[in-house]
Amino acid sequence: MASEPSAATSPSDSTNHGLRVVVVWLVLSAIATPLVAIYVGPLIPPGNATVQGQGQTFDNQVMTAFVTPILCLLAVFFAYGLIQFHVRRNEAILDGPPIRNDSQIQLLWIVITTVMVLFLAGFGTYELLQDGSGGGQGPNPIALPAHHQDAFQVQVIAQQWQFTYRYPSLGGLESNQLYLPANTTVALHVTSLDAIHSFWAYELGVKADANPGVDNVAYVETKGPTTFHVRCAELCGLWHPYMFNNGRVVDSAQFQAWASQQQRVYASIKPFMNKPESEGGAPYAKTYFPEPDRRAG
Amino acid sequence: MTEAAAPPPRPLWRRLLGFNLLTAVLLGIGGWYLGWFGAHAIGAESLEYFEDTDYNELSVYLAYLGGVIGFLVGLGFLNYPIARLRGYPPSLREKETHGWTRYFSLCTDHKVVGIQYLWGIGLFFFIGGLNAMLIRTEQLSPHSQSFPMGTYLTLVGMHGTMMMGMMTSGILGPFANYLVPIMIGARRMAFPRIEALTFWLLMAAGAILTTTIFFGGFPTGWTGYAPLQTQANPGMDNYILFFALVGVSMTLLGLNMIATILTMRAPGLTWTRLPIFVWGVLSTAVLMVLAAPVLIAVLSMGALDRTAQTSFFNAAAGGSSYLYQNLFWVFGHPEVYILALPGFAIVLELLPVFARKPLWGYRLAVAGLLGVSLLSWFVWQHHLFVSGMNGDLRPFYMLSTELISIPTGFTFLCGMMTLWRGRISFTVPMLFCLAWFFNFLIGGLSGVFLSDTPSDVTTHGSFFSMAHFHYTIMGGLVFTFFAAIYYWVPKMTGWELHEGLAKIHFWTMFIFFNSTFAPLLAAGFLGQARRAPVYTGNLKFLNDWVSISAFLLGISMLIFLFNLVWSLAFVKQPAEANPWGSRSIEFQLPSPVPVHNFDRIPVFSNDPYGYGEGPAPSYVVPAGAPAGRE
Amino acid sequence: MRVGVKLLLVAVAVTAAGAVIGFYVSNLTTLAGSRSYSVPVQNANGHPVVKLEIQTVAAVGPTLSPNPDWVSYLVKDQSTGHWKRETVWDLPAHATVHVTIYNFDGASGLRNPYLARPQGMVGNRIRVDGKPTEAIDPNDASHTFAVPALGLVLAIPGVADEAKNQCEYADAPIGGCAMSTAHRTIKFTFHTTTPGHYRWQCFVPCAAGWVYGFGGPMQTIGYMDGFLNVKA
Repeated sequence: MASEPSAATSPSDSTNHGLRVVVVWLVLSAIATPLVAIYVGPLIPPGNATVQGQGQTFDNQVMTAFVTPILCLLAVFFAYGLIQFHVRRNEAILDGPPIRNDSQIQLLWIVITTVMVLFLAGFGTYELLQDGSGGGQGPNPIALPAHHQDAFQVQVIAQQWQFTYRYPSLGGLESNQLYLPANTTVALHVTSLDAIHSFWAYELGVKADANPGVDNVAYVETKGPTTFHVRCAELCGLWHPYMFNNGRVVDSAQFQAWASQQQRVYASIKPFMNKPESEGGAPYAKTYFPEPDRRAG
Repeated sequence: MTEAAAPPPRPLWRRLLGFNLLTAVLLGIGGWYLGWFGAHAIGAESLEYFEDTDYNELSVYLAYLGGVIGFLVGLGFLNYPIARLRGYPPSLREKETHGWTRYFSLCTDHKVVGIQYLWGIGLFFFIGGLNAMLIRTEQLSPHSQSFPMGTYLTLVGMHGTMMMGMMTSGILGPFANYLVPIMIGARRMAFPRIEALTFWLLMAAGAILTTTIFFGGFPTGWTGYAPLQTQANPGMDNYILFFALVGVSMTLLGLNMIATILTMRAPGLTWTRLPIFVWGVLSTAVLMVLAAPVLIAVLSMGALDRTAQTSFFNAAAGGSSYLYQNLFWVFGHPEVYILALPGFAIVLELLPVFARKPLWGYRLAVAGLLGVSLLSWFVWQHHLFVSGMNGDLRPFYMLSTELISIPTGFTFLCGMMTLWRGRISFTVPMLFCLAWFFNFLIGGLSGVFLSDTPSDVTTHGSFFSMAHFHYTIMGGLVFTFFAAIYYWVPKMTGWELHEGLAKIHFWTMFIFFNSTFAPLLAAGFLGQARRAPVYTGNLKFLNDWVSISAFLLGISMLIFLFNLVWSLAFVKQPAEANPWGSRSIEFQLPSPVPVHNFDRIPVFSNDPYGYGEGPAPSYVVPAGAPAGRE
Repeated sequence: MRVGVKLLLVAVAVTAAGAVIGFYVSNLTTLAGSRSYSVPVQNANGHPVVKLEIQTVAAVGPTLSPNPDWVSYLVKDQSTGHWKRETVWDLPAHATVHVTIYNFDGASGLRNPYLARPQGMVGNRIRVDGKPTEAIDPNDASHTFAVPALGLVLAIPGVADEAKNQCEYADAPIGGCAMSTAHRTIKFTFHTTTPGHYRWQCFVPCAAGWVYGFGGPMQTIGYMDGFLNVKA
C-alpha cells in the first residue's frame, strides 16, 4: 500500500459530497417522518384502552417520529459514503486526505445532540408527571392523575405464584379475579408476600413491581369496558412463566353484580378475613396480613 | 533478538509432570472434595439453619473454594512467593519460553496470556451460545415443552451469566493483554503474575458455573435478584461463586491495565499520541476497578443470607429487596458499558486503517469514551423505573440516561467522519466494524424508548429490553470482538485466516443476528415477557421465525470455528508482518511478535493515524536510547 | 504433524465435544423433572371418567427422594396400588375426575384466607372425612391443591397436632404413608376442559427451612408442584 497523500489528485474532490448528503437527507426525512408519525406510530402498543395506555402510545408515536430523521441521516450517510468512497476492484489503495478535525462540525453535532436529548428528557418528564403513565411510583406518588383523591382502591397482592386482588371498598373482599369499573381512576397498591414480582396489566399500560413490605402505587384511568391480560414481568421462580390471568373493565352495573356475586361466594369465610375499613381495618395494608412468614423458617 | 538457546526437549511424560493445567485440575478436584467433606466434618450439618432443607450450602462454598485454591496451587501460583520467602532472587518472568506447553501453565508472557484468554473465553462463549440454542428450542412452542419446568430458567440464567461474566473480559482479556504493552512500547504488563492470575481465575469460575447443573441449577437469571436468590437450590451458590470470582478477576485485570498504561508508556508516547484502543481500555479498566467490588460485596451478602441466615435482603426480617437491586445495578450498569466501550475503541482503531485516513476528532473520541465511562455511574435506577423505589427521581434518571447518548454520539461522529472521503476497502474486519454502526444504532434508538419512563412502563421486563441489550452487547461487543479476531489473530498466531470463509461468516452472522433480534423488539411490544417459556398463541409465528434465525446464527458461528481450525491447524498460511498496511506499532513487528517484543524500547514521535501524512513512522530507536526496563 | 494425525485429532475433538454436549443436554432434560403418570380412564356412557388418588406427606422419606425431609404430594399407581412421587398427570379432555386426597401433614395456616373457600369443583364444595364442607377454618389448613387456569382451588385441613400414630416418613412398603397412620380424607369431583398444560401447585408456604417457605420442594417439580396434561 502506498502512503503518499493523494487527496489533491482525486477527481471527485471538486464535488460537494456533504451538500448532497444533507439535501437527500432533508428530503427523505421530510417525507418519511410524517408518514411514520401518522401511519406507524399509532400502531405501537399498548393502545388506547386507558388514559395511561393512550399516553404511552402517544409517547411512542412521538419518539418513533423523532428517531426517523436519525435513521434517515445514517442510512443516507452510509449508503452515499460507502458507495462513493470505497476502493474499486483492481484500484490501488491510496491514502485518503489527512483531515483530522473540523471544530465547526463538532460544535454543530454537540449542540444538536444536546438539544435532542434535552427535548426527549423534557418531553418524557412532562408526559410522566401528567398522569403517572401507569408505572409503579412507590408509596408516595408524585405523578398524580386529575381525580386521584377519589380513586377506586385495589390492592394487588403478588405471591409465588398468583395475584390476589383485595377491594377495600367492597368490605375487604379478596379474589383472584381482577374486575375494574369503567371510566374510573383506579389506584393499584402493589405488594408482594415473598419474592419480587411485577404486576403487568398489558392492555391497561400498567406495570408496577411487587416488593415484599412495600406499597407500590400505580394509577390508571379506565375508559370503556374491555378485557386485558395480567402477567408477572419479573422472574419470581418456578411458575413465573405461568403467573398470568385475565382481567376485565366493566360498567358500573356489571361491576356491582360481580361484586355481590363474589361476596356471596366468600360469605362463608368472611370471619377469617382482614377487617374492612368501616370496622376499623386499614384500607390497604402496607405489609399484608396475615403474616406471610407464619409457617416459614 | 537475543533468545536463550532452547534446552533439549524432554520426553512428553516428563513434561506432563510439574506445575501445569493437568496438575491444577487434579489438585482442584482434590481440594473440592477436601472442602466438601471438611464442611460436613466440622459439623456444618448440625447447624440449626440446615435442618429441614436437606441442603448444606456451606459445604458447596467450601468445596469450590478448596477447588479453586487447589487449582491455583497446581498451576504454581504459590511457587514464586515461597521461593522469595526462601531467599531466591526476584524475577518477573515465568515459563517465557517457546513450545506449546506454556499455553497450559502459568506463563507471565502477556502475549501467551492474551492467546490463552482468546481460547478460554472462546470456549465459554460457545457454551453460552449452546445455551442460547437450547433456549430457542424451548421457545419453539408456546408452553413448557422441551425441558422440564424450571430448567428453562436455569438455561436463561446460565446463558446470561456466562455471557456477561466471560465477555466482560472478551476484549480486555485477549486483545488488551496482548496489545496494550506493545502499543505503549513496553515489554510486559505492570503485574505479569496478576495478569496470569486473572485468566486462570476466570477459567476456574467458568468451570464452577457450568457445574451448576449438578446442583439443581438456579432460577434467577443473570441478575440473581434476592429474595428468590435466597430461596434457590444449591446451584445458586455456583452462580454466586462464579460472579464473585469474575469480579475479583475483573478488578485485578482493570488495576493491571491502569497501572500499565499510567506507568509504562515508552518515551514520547504522550496522552494525545496514545492509540484510541488504549484509551478505550483505560476507560473500561477504570469502570472495572470501581464496579466489580460492588458486585463482590452484594454477592457476599447474598452468600451470607443463604448460609448464615443473615437478612440483608429478607424484608420479613428487616432487610430489603431494594438493597439487592440497588447494589446490583450500581455494578450492573457500568458493567454494560464495560462490555460496550472496548467495542467503541476497536471500531475507532480499525476505521482509520481501512479508510486510509487519520482518526477524525481524536480528542472528541477520547472525550466520548471518558464521558460514557463517567456518566454510566449515574443511570442505574433506570432499571428500576417501575420498582416503586425513588419515584420522584425518575426524571433525573431519565435525563442522565439520555445524556449518555451525547458521548456515544461522539463515537458515531468520529467514526463517520473518519470514513468520509476515505479510501474504504471492505476487508472482513472493516465489515464487522461497519455492522457495528448499524447494530449499535438500532440498539441505541431502542434504548431511547426504554429510557423514556412512560414508554418503559410497557417495555420494561419484556422481550423489547432483551432485544435492545442484545443489539448493544452482541451487536456492539461481539461484532467488534470478531473484527478484532480477524484483524489481530494473524499477528498473534503468525498465520492467516481464510478470507472467503470469513466473509461467509460475516454475512450469515449479520443477516441472522438481525433476523433473530429485530422480531424480538416487536415481540416485546406485543407483550411477551422475558425469561418465560410461555407466551400467548399470537406470538407463535414470530417466535418460530426467531428460533430458526437463531439456529442459523449458531451455524454461522460454527463456520467461524471451522475457519479457525482449518486455517490455524491445516493451512497455516504465514501472515505478513503488516497485511493491512497499518501504521500502528504492533504491525511494524514480525508476526508472531517475538517474546521480548522490542530489542530496544521505541521512542514515539506521533500517533499511529497519520495516513496521508507522509511515510509511516519507523519506530527505530536512535543509538544510545534507554534499553527500557525488563 | 502429518495431515492424517491432525484429522484424527480433530475427529477425536469433535467426538469428545459431541459427547460432552450430549451429556450436558441430557443432564438438562432430566434436571429436576418428574415423569408423567397416565391416569387410567374408565368410560361411563361414552364420557371419560378418571379416578385420581393422591396423598400429601410431611416428609417424603429416603426411598422416594434424595431429599427425605421434603414435603411432597404422591400419586397412587392404580394398576399396582403403589404410591409414586410423580406430579405430572395425564388426563383426558372433558372428563369427570374423582379426586381423593389423603393428607398426613399437620396444619400450618393459610396466607390467603380466601383460599379456604373451595371453588372450581362440582358444587363448589369438598367432602372432608365424609362431611360436605363449603369452607374450612384457614388456621386449620395444611396445604392447598390449586389449578389456577381451571379456577380450581381448595385448602386441605391438617392432621391435629395431638393425634396419635402420626406418619413420620412416607416409607410404607407400597410407598407413601400407611393408611393406618393419622390422616384426613378429602374428596371432590371436577371436570377437565380443553386439552392443554395446566399447572397445579400448593399455595401454603410449606417448605420449612427456606425464606418465605417457598424453596426446595415448592420450587421443584415432583414435590409440591406439577402439571395436569389434559390430552384430547
